Amino acid sequence: MRIDKDLVAASATPLVLGILSEGESYGYAILKRVDELSDGRMQWTDGMLYPLLHRLERLGHVQSSWGVSDVGRRRKHYAITAAGREALAERQAQWHVVADALAQVWREAQQRPATPRLAEGWA
Amino acid sequence: MATPAPAPGPHAEKHAELEAQIDQWRGYVRRREAISAADVDEMEDHLRERVEDLRATGLDDEEAFLVAVKRMGDLDAVSREFAREHSDRLWKQLVLVREAPEDGSRSWRELAVVLALAVGAGVAVKVAAELVPDEEVLLRNVALLVLPFLAGYFAWKRRLTWPVGVALLLPFVALAVVLNAYPFAPPGSTELLAAVHAPVVLWALVGVAYVAGRWRSDAGRMDFARFTGELAVYVTLLALGGGVLLGLTAGVFSLVDVDLEPWLEDWILPFCVPGALVVAAWLVEAKQNVVENIAPVLTKVFTPLTVVMLVALFAVLVTAGDLAAVDRELLILMDAILVLVLCLLLYSVSARDPLAPPTPFDGLQLVLVVAALAVDAVALTAMVTRIAEFGVSPNKVAALGLNLLLLVHLVGSAVLAARFLRHRPLDALVRWQTRFLPVYAVWAAVVVVVFPPLFGFV
Repeated sequence: MRIDKDLVAASATPLVLGILSEGESYGYAILKRVDELSDGRMQWTDGMLYPLLHRLERLGHVQSSWGVSDVGRRRKHYAITAAGREALAERQAQWHVVADALAQVWREAQQRPATPRLAEGWA
Repeated sequence: MATPAPAPGPHAEKHAELEAQIDQWRGYVRRREAISAADVDEMEDHLRERVEDLRATGLDDEEAFLVAVKRMGDLDAVSREFAREHSDRLWKQLVLVREAPEDGSRSWRELAVVLALAVGAGVAVKVAAELVPDEEVLLRNVALLVLPFLAGYFAWKRRLTWPVGVALLLPFVALAVVLNAYPFAPPGSTELLAAVHAPVVLWALVGVAYVAGRWRSDAGRMDFARFTGELAVYVTLLALGGGVLLGLTAGVFSLVDVDLEPWLEDWILPFCVPGALVVAAWLVEAKQNVVENIAPVLTKVFTPLTVVMLVALFAVLVTAGDLAAVDRELLILMDAILVLVLCLLLYSVSARDPLAPPTPFDGLQLVLVVAALAVDAVALTAMVTRIAEFGVSPNKVAALGLNLLLLVHLVGSAVLAARFLRHRPLDALVRWQTRFLPVYAVWAAVVVVVFPPLFGFV
C-alpha cells in the first residue's frame, strides 16, 4: 500500500519530532526509524528530510550539532528542544482530534451500511 | 539525473570507483546554489550509509549507488525545497530553476527590454522637462516619471497578473493626482514634504512589483530589501564610472574650447540618470554573483565605526547644555542617523546564516542599536520641549512621526536581538525587521495625502 503524498507530508513534522523525542538522532537513522515504525509502508524521498530538518531548526524546534560517525565521517546530529516538545504536544492533540473524528465516522458508517439517503426523497 | 557510468573496472578497484561516483555526485549536487557545502556533507553521509546498507543486502557497488541516488530523490525538487527553506542562499541565484541556460534568446530579449525601458525613462524625463518649465513641479514629479519604468521591468520579468498590475496602477494614479492637483502654496513646506515622501510610496509599489504581488511574504520583503541595498551599490558604481567618463570628455573638450555643460544639463543627465537606475536594477538581477552581496560586507565595516560615531554624538549632545535652542534640523539629522543604523542592522541580518550561533558581531550590533536609542532619546527630549514651546509645524510633525516609527522599529529589534544572543531563533528578528517595512510606506502616504490639507497646503 502506498500512502498518499499529502498525508506523508502532513505527518512528517510530528513524526520527526516524535522520533527525536526518543533521543538525539541524525538524518539516515531518522529515516530508518520511520521505515521501522511504518513497516516500510511510508516511503519518503530521502533528500526531502534535510530541508525539513533545517526548517525545524530555524523554528527552534530542534538543535543541531556536528559530530563524527563511528567510521570517522562528519555527521550532523539533531536533538529536540523544549519548544519542539511543545510543538509536538500541540501536533499530537491535533492528530488525536482528526483520528477520533475519522474513527467515529467510519464506525458509524459500518453500523449503518449504505442506506441511500438521497433516494428517499425521490421515492 | 545524469548519473556517471564509467566502464566497470577490475574487481579490486571497485571501491575506488564508488568513491569516484560519490565524488561526481557531490560535484553535481554542489552546483545547486541553494544547497550549501555543509548540506552536501550531510547528504553524502546519508548516501554512504544507504549504499552500505544496500550492499549488505547483496547489491554490488554500482547497483547500490544507483538505488541510493534514486532514493535521494529528484535533485531539482530537493534543491527547490532547500531554496524555499534557505531563501538567503537563493538570493545568489534568484530564479528557482534557470530557464534553459543554453538558450540565450531570453537574455537577449531581456537586454532589449531593459534598454528600451531605460531610454523610455529618459525620454519621459526629457519630455516633461521640455513641457514643464517650473523646476519645482518637475522635481515633485520626477519619481512618478522614472519609477514606473522600473516597475514595468519587474512586471515583465515576473509576469505580473492583471489584478496585481491594476492594484499597482490605482495608487500610482492617485499619487500623481494628489501631487499635481493639490493647491500647494509655494514655497510651502507641505509641498516639499510631499515631494520627498512620494518616492518612498512609489518605491513600495516597485517592491510589490518586485515580489510579484506577494508583499505579505516575509522572504519576499527581505529579498526586496536586499535588492534595494544592492541597487544602491550598483547605482553608486555606475555614477562613479559615468562621472569619470564625463570628466575626461569635458577635459578634452575644454582643450578645443567646446563647452560640455549645456549638453550635460539638457541631454546627458536627463537620459543617463534615469537610465542608470533601470540598468542597475537589471544588473542586480542578472549579475549578482559578480559583487557577491556588497551591502552586507559594508555593514561589517561600518557597524563598529558607527558605534564610535554614536558615542561621540551622545557625549556632545549631553554636554552641549541647552538643546531647546537647536533647530528641527537636529531631528531630521537624527532620523537620518536612525535610518543608517536600521540599514546596518537590516543588511547584516539579511546576509546572516540563520542557523549559525550568535557571534561577537551580533553583540556589537546590539550595542549599536542601544547607542542609537540613547542618542535619539536625548535629541527627542529636546525636540519635544521645543515643540511644546513653539508649537507644531508640518516639518516638525513629519520628522517627529518618522522618528517615533524608527524608535519603535529599533526598540523591537533591540529586544529581539538580545533574545537571539540568548540562543533563541533568529527568525523572530528577521520577521520583525521586514514586517515593519510597509509601515514606512503607509506613513509616507499619510504625509503626502493627509498633511497638505491638514496644514492648509502651506
